[in-house]
Amino acid sequence: MSKATEIISPEHGAADPHDTHDGHHDHHAPSGIMRWVLTTNHKDIGTLYLWFAFIMFLVGGAMAMVIRAELFQPGLQIVEPNFFNQMTTVHGLIMVFGAVMPAFTGLANWLVPMMIGAPDMALPRMNNWSFWILPFAFTILLASLFVEGGGPAFGWTFYAPLSTTYSGDSTALFVFSVHIMGISSIMGAINVIVTIVNMRAPGMTWMKMPLFVWTWLITAFLLIAVMPVLAGAVTMVLTDKFFGTSFFDAAGGGDPVMFQHIFWFFGHPEVYIMILPAFGIISQIVPTFARKPLFGYASMVYATASIALLSFIVWAHHMFTTGMPVAAEMFFMFATMLISVPTGVKVFNWVATMWRGSMTFEVPMLFALAFIVLFTIGGLSGLMLAITPVDFQYHDTYFVVAHFHYVLVTGAIFSIMAAVYYWIPKWTGRMFDVTLAKWHFWCSLISVNVLFFPMHFVGLAGMPRRIPDYALQFADFNKWISLGGFAFGLSQLIFLVVMIKACRKQGEPVSDRVWEGAEGLEWEIPSPAPYHTFETPPVVK
Amino acid sequence: MQQVYQKYYVPAQSYWPIVGAVALFLIAVGAGNFVIESTRGEAGYGGNILAVGVLLLLIMLFGWFKDQINESMSGLYSDQLSQSYRQGMSWFIFSEVMFFGAFFGALFYARTIALPWLGGASNNAMTNEVLWPGFQAMWPLVETPGGVTTTAMSWAGLPTINTIILLVSSVTLHFAHVGLEQNKRKQLTAMLGVTIVLGCIFLFLQVEEYMHAYRDLGLTLQSGIYGNTFFLLTGFHGMHVTLGTIILTVLFLRVLKGHFTPDSHFAFQAGSWYWHFVDVVWVMLFVFVYVL
Repeated sequence: MSKATEIISPEHGAADPHDTHDGHHDHHAPSGIMRWVLTTNHKDIGTLYLWFAFIMFLVGGAMAMVIRAELFQPGLQIVEPNFFNQMTTVHGLIMVFGAVMPAFTGLANWLVPMMIGAPDMALPRMNNWSFWILPFAFTILLASLFVEGGGPAFGWTFYAPLSTTYSGDSTALFVFSVHIMGISSIMGAINVIVTIVNMRAPGMTWMKMPLFVWTWLITAFLLIAVMPVLAGAVTMVLTDKFFGTSFFDAAGGGDPVMFQHIFWFFGHPEVYIMILPAFGIISQIVPTFARKPLFGYASMVYATASIALLSFIVWAHHMFTTGMPVAAEMFFMFATMLISVPTGVKVFNWVATMWRGSMTFEVPMLFALAFIVLFTIGGLSGLMLAITPVDFQYHDTYFVVAHFHYVLVTGAIFSIMAAVYYWIPKWTGRMFDVTLAKWHFWCSLISVNVLFFPMHFVGLAGMPRRIPDYALQFADFNKWISLGGFAFGLSQLIFLVVMIKACRKQGEPVSDRVWEGAEGLEWEIPSPAPYHTFETPPVVK
Repeated sequence: MQQVYQKYYVPAQSYWPIVGAVALFLIAVGAGNFVIESTRGEAGYGGNILAVGVLLLLIMLFGWFKDQINESMSGLYSDQLSQSYRQGMSWFIFSEVMFFGAFFGALFYARTIALPWLGGASNNAMTNEVLWPGFQAMWPLVETPGGVTTTAMSWAGLPTINTIILLVSSVTLHFAHVGLEQNKRKQLTAMLGVTIVLGCIFLFLQVEEYMHAYRDLGLTLQSGIYGNTFFLLTGFHGMHVTLGTIILTVLFLRVLKGHFTPDSHFAFQAGSWYWHFVDVVWVMLFVFVYVL
């Protein structure tokens, strides 16, 4: 505690009274497990977030395997319906709060300080706290599966009255674990936003910031704005279930529809929290491998900000069939369709960046290209769902499942994989196993489409979501969906192998720039990046 | 953005964050089990785990702040770091605003949409006729659709007195801050002391009001949406006043020890921002929960 680590800039260093402190700060860090438990280093914490997210991705994925095994054939085969509901619920919660969000936070930890020329995150101790809350929160959530009466079985959206009147006792554990996850997210977001606003190197003006930094700045704002609303929603569920309030019960003057309004006021910005950093990642990767500057940088920034602002006024498009006045349905329909404009700007700019570029197809670029095509498919099915009268047909079918898995798996998750492949040589100083990584890409790409594309068809034909059994006419498609699911799950084990090999520093050493066309501060520093990146503020021209 | 670049300051490692994570774990596990056990009427360890967690959290806060204060007093912090603290505190308060926003949202939704619909407004005549015959939408909702009756809390009396107390406390805290900035330590001590006393009186009167509600008015947490929003909004606000009073008390003790200078007093500023925020929430509460 006594010894503060300092980094002295050249202008002030010599005259500064505090520079008697040790300038070489690596050697008094604890080793072994305590290094990770106590770390305040943004790179260590980034690594912790990323490995935690990956482990949760595998856990949540295992639950998806249970779901697909049950749905392989019609009829109840393997699990009880109540357990099936627990699997869909916890799969969703883990993937959203345990995999995608921590993975993006891990990337922000690793990259934001390096990209803006900062020594570390602005509030390093709070950074440690934000991370270490997460393993505890998910321990509680997973333990709730073993409570008498079963774990949460009301879907990740925990609609009342499913989560109030009809839920098990474990709901209390669910509520409190979501509370501390929220505390973790809010602190993580405050850290990112303060780092970006306050810690940029001299000359790193707003419109020179890399797009990954821009998208995370806006994401952090969304997180601080809506995670407290989620905390409010779970609190009301808790008091309704256990303390006799009736926020979501008409008999006491409340309204179950009100739950959906509050939840989706959180939930829709949450969706963009899970995709805006992905936009940033793709905007970093595409210029590198097209060897051209990003087309329309400023319009990318404005588009990101527009998407974030619009995300606050579209929430009820999740509730078109729930019961709203026609005027409200129309408002939310048009507001939602408006989002396709800034999103279209982004896709256009990525394509325009590649136009006449000197393209090469390294692994990060493969994932980025898959992202652009497949995320756009998910975006277009979202546009279909936005049309109120049409949504009456699609609502709560597998079409919706297909839509949000295209934007979250081939969108968010593919972008995370692209980012890891793109930056991991900088982190470890070694090139990953390219052959295996290409196997990972092609197996994932093919299987993910076998998995999710037929869901459009069964959904349009009327197969409802969140059921353990289905009508016979859906049997053939579901067999293929399940096979695709198993293949996609197995493909991620290749990723695990590539990552373990990379973290063991197997592979060829890489140059500082790693990729020929890479631009940005993080590529100017040595590979692997030193423990404290910038001892002196870099000059940004 | 700073033009003159100072040294980068990167704080050393600390045990407190992991202690804080364990404390939150114990609080969540304890609270969850406590709720489950009390619903089932079983004896269990939930309450004990919760208590240990809260205690550990308090120890963590005490220790963490103590380290921060020592580091700050020994002049380790750069301007950049104190700027980070200011911005971090502002965003924290913004997140608190959104938390209250969820409950105010519930209040407005219930008053302007849910209750009129239950009473047959818009195209909901059959909802009223078939499901809740005879139900009349009104606010405060003194008779729920399910038939639970209660009495409304009047804004006159204690709530008005409490509003005045909190508004005055904001002013006294402002003068304490002015005293700090002009290095008038007596004014600082006196005004900060008065603010803390006012906070305590507010909390005492709030407890009185709750007892009045439960004993005389039959207004409880179970009294339907009126009682729900009333107790959750005022209850969470009361928790924030309690926290604010504790923060101000810590600041008061630090003032007595001679901490803070006219130029460097981030902790004081953060505490006063928090107190003003809590006041603004109360004004909103007074208008929308009590008066209108």
